[in-house]
Amino acid sequence: MGLSTLFASSIDGLTLGFIYGLAAMGLTLIFGVMRVINLAHGPVIMLGMYTVFVLTTEMGMNPYLAIVLAVVLGLLLGVVMYFIAVHKVINAPELTTLLATFAVNLMIVGTATVIFTTTPHAIDVQLPSFQVGPTTILGTRIVAVLIAGIVTAALYYFLYRTRTGKSIRAVANNRAGAELMGINSSVILGLSFGLGTMLAAVSGGLISTLFAFSVLSGSVYETKSFVIVVLGGLGNPTGALLGGIVLGVLEAITTIFMPVAWVPVIEYVIFVLILLVRPTGLFGAR
Amino acid sequence: MRSFRNLSFWLILLVVALVALLPTLADSAALPFLTNAATMRENLFLLLMLVTLASSINIIMGYTGYVSFGHIVFFGLGGYFAFYLVQTYSVNVLLAALAGGIGASLIATLIGIPVLRLRGAYFALATIGINEAMRAFMNNFDPFGGALGMFFNYAVYDSYGGAKNAGELAYYAMIAVTLATIATSFLIKKSKFGLGLLAIREDQDASQVLGIDPARAKVIAYAISAFFPALAGAIFFFKNGIIEPGIAFDLQRSIEGLVMVMLGGYGTVTGPIVGAVVYDRLRSALITSPPITLGSLTVNLSNFHLVVAGILLLLVVLFVTAGFVGWLRNRFPAVRRFLE
Amino acid sequence: MTASHSKILQVDNVSKRFGGLLALDRVSLTVAPGEIFGIIGPNGAGKTTLFNVINGVYPPQQGRITFRGEDITGLSPFKASHRGIARTHQVVRPLGELTVRENVTVGACYGRENLPLEKAEQVADEVLDFVGLTARKDMLASKLNVAQKKRLEMARALAARPILLLLDEVLAGLNPQEVADMLTVIRKIRDQDVTIIMIEHLMHAVMNLSDRVFVLDYGAKIAEGTPQEVSNDPRVIEAYLGDPQVARRFMEGAG
Repeated sequence: MGLSTLFASSIDGLTLGFIYGLAAMGLTLIFGVMRVINLAHGPVIMLGMYTVFVLTTEMGMNPYLAIVLAVVLGLLLGVVMYFIAVHKVINAPELTTLLATFAVNLMIVGTATVIFTTTPHAIDVQLPSFQVGPTTILGTRIVAVLIAGIVTAALYYFLYRTRTGKSIRAVANNRAGAELMGINSSVILGLSFGLGTMLAAVSGGLISTLFAFSVLSGSVYETKSFVIVVLGGLGNPTGALLGGIVLGVLEAITTIFMPVAWVPVIEYVIFVLILLVRPTGLFGAR
Repeated sequence: MRSFRNLSFWLILLVVALVALLPTLADSAALPFLTNAATMRENLFLLLMLVTLASSINIIMGYTGYVSFGHIVFFGLGGYFAFYLVQTYSVNVLLAALAGGIGASLIATLIGIPVLRLRGAYFALATIGINEAMRAFMNNFDPFGGALGMFFNYAVYDSYGGAKNAGELAYYAMIAVTLATIATSFLIKKSKFGLGLLAIREDQDASQVLGIDPARAKVIAYAISAFFPALAGAIFFFKNGIIEPGIAFDLQRSIEGLVMVMLGGYGTVTGPIVGAVVYDRLRSALITSPPITLGSLTVNLSNFHLVVAGILLLLVVLFVTAGFVGWLRNRFPAVRRFLE
Repeated sequence: MTASHSKILQVDNVSKRFGGLLALDRVSLTVAPGEIFGIIGPNGAGKTTLFNVINGVYPPQQGRITFRGEDITGLSPFKASHRGIARTHQVVRPLGELTVRENVTVGACYGRENLPLEKAEQVADEVLDFVGLTARKDMLASKLNVAQKKRLEMARALAARPILLLLDEVLAGLNPQEVADMLTVIRKIRDQDVTIIMIEHLMHAVMNLSDRVFVLDYGAKIAEGTPQEVSNDPRVIEAYLGDPQVARRFMEGAG
């Protein structure tokens, strides 16, 4: 086991971590804006995967085009989810919204199980690979990272350069104050929720081009998102991105030393430990 | 304790015991119109287990206000401890179950001391993490069979007079555990300790100012709430003769327990019972319902119970937070005395 | 129930800082047993912070709190409660889903006397009678109006049979009749040998009721003495100049 393996694993971890971080950004965005922990996060990631699956296998669409559609669908789904399940109880104690989003989780996973059953699915994406030094990087990985990068850049541009984006940040900062300034917080909250789920859906779509998946996959990536969000600091999108990369690299390197089955144990233990020891995350919560 | 003088205490226990003993009465030909005693026994066994789980979750969630998403971890731990003891050391299942229960309570205490310091949603998430970590751990833990788990050599049942007798023993043991859980739940609710828990639930900081030590009370409540699911797990897996991580630490079952508590009414003694019965019957109805054909699409409703659980949970959380029994108690104050 | 000490409470040089904000600046005061000790000061002066430090919600960075001769600095609130310190909050905190009677029973169970449940319920019934909430004892606490919630908060604190009672703006939000009723209750409490420290904004009440008054501004003491002395103190008038109503009252000789 030499430096080249370490290097290969790190690149691997970096690319995957970026994609995990994208999903985690969605989760942390929702929390940052409205202090709601979206327990339907995993199922939305799974929906992203299956959207791409259905569009590519049933309609022969190009997977990356399908991902664009997943963006739109993810956004719409989030807005709908907000107004059905969250809006009424937005001011209730945290546990109420937790249970409400969890109820949506059950509904999505249940429906998906009925339609797709729990058997694994996969899509076939043919792209050339590239040689970088001692390692080979799959084309699918490169494209996935590129798309993740574009989405992230677009998100930052939106949040910091557009009026609506600034409204979102205002509501995140001080909802009552923002309303006094004439911002319609309900619309903003709905939109923010939609953005959060959009990121999750895109991430799911990207993952579907890399690995096999099933209706239960959502929970695996949801856990990773939770670990990342807690690592990066709740409500901190940049922290989520960095946390994602940290987790990705950590995962990749750990699998060199330990059987893959131990990785979830390590992740969950880290998760609980961070919650206990440094709840504001490594990079500080917002 | 004055709960023993309370009529509803005995009434609730009596009703549960009678329903649970129906198959036995059918067997003894006391009730000739009940023909399918064997199936009934199987269904009731599972139902009693769910009532135990829901009532236990209610102690930490309904009374104390700490939502334990991953509570099933104690069910699995009790199951594993007891299974190992019965199989490796031929310990009597009842003793093994007790050991499992005590072990689970000890672990709950150890974990609870740090984890119960977390508030609200963070605690809920941490309990998921704990359950999943335990499951992933057991997947890799070879002394307990790793991913394949453990299974009985049928000779184990010989010391109980055969598999059928062992099954009956398990059934009566489960009845006892369920009744004990309900009784404990009632006793807690009507005690000074329980009043303290309710105060913690309503306003933990104010409860401190009033003289309650929340850290201590929460850990005790958590330890108690871990004991009964562990007993139930021990009996369940003994009867089934096989245990594996996926079934022992099934997060879905944990969550269903939570839905039952919310549905029936958190913070009440009868709420979890009602919730468990309603949810279980609904799920059974869905699982056994024939497939529906809509045009070219055949939909099998058997997996729909998760969707139904979600819808019910959402409706309860949005509109009837107090659950069925809670709503009754609020709407008809006269009922409060009888419907705890 | 009179304490056998000449001072029930002694606060020595207590300072409390929140990040960059100095909420309490070397505050010192002494409270004698059986007296009604008033604390006044403009909004944000640090009055509630002082209460929080006394009953252990958070420890001071510096200084000492001595209760009946025992150093209780930094002792957690439930331990302070066991030693006989009870308190009400500026924004009332009823245990909403419990009945009025259950709320007060909690106070009796877990307070200084640590009573068993049945005994505690008897005490609760007595206290409910004392504050005049018996008619509503089976109502859910969340359904009470503000004045009733304040009385509940008071009853809950009293049920613990405290030696020292900290009242935080217990008259805020009450109409004149409710204020008069509450003042009667406070006097009855004092007659039972309970020492009271009260934070109040209602000048005529605190000046009428208190034996001594302590004035805080920006976390520091600016005056201390009898109500008469304090209301004539120019520094106090100046501190309240932002509040012209109060200033005028002072000038007119409050009370």
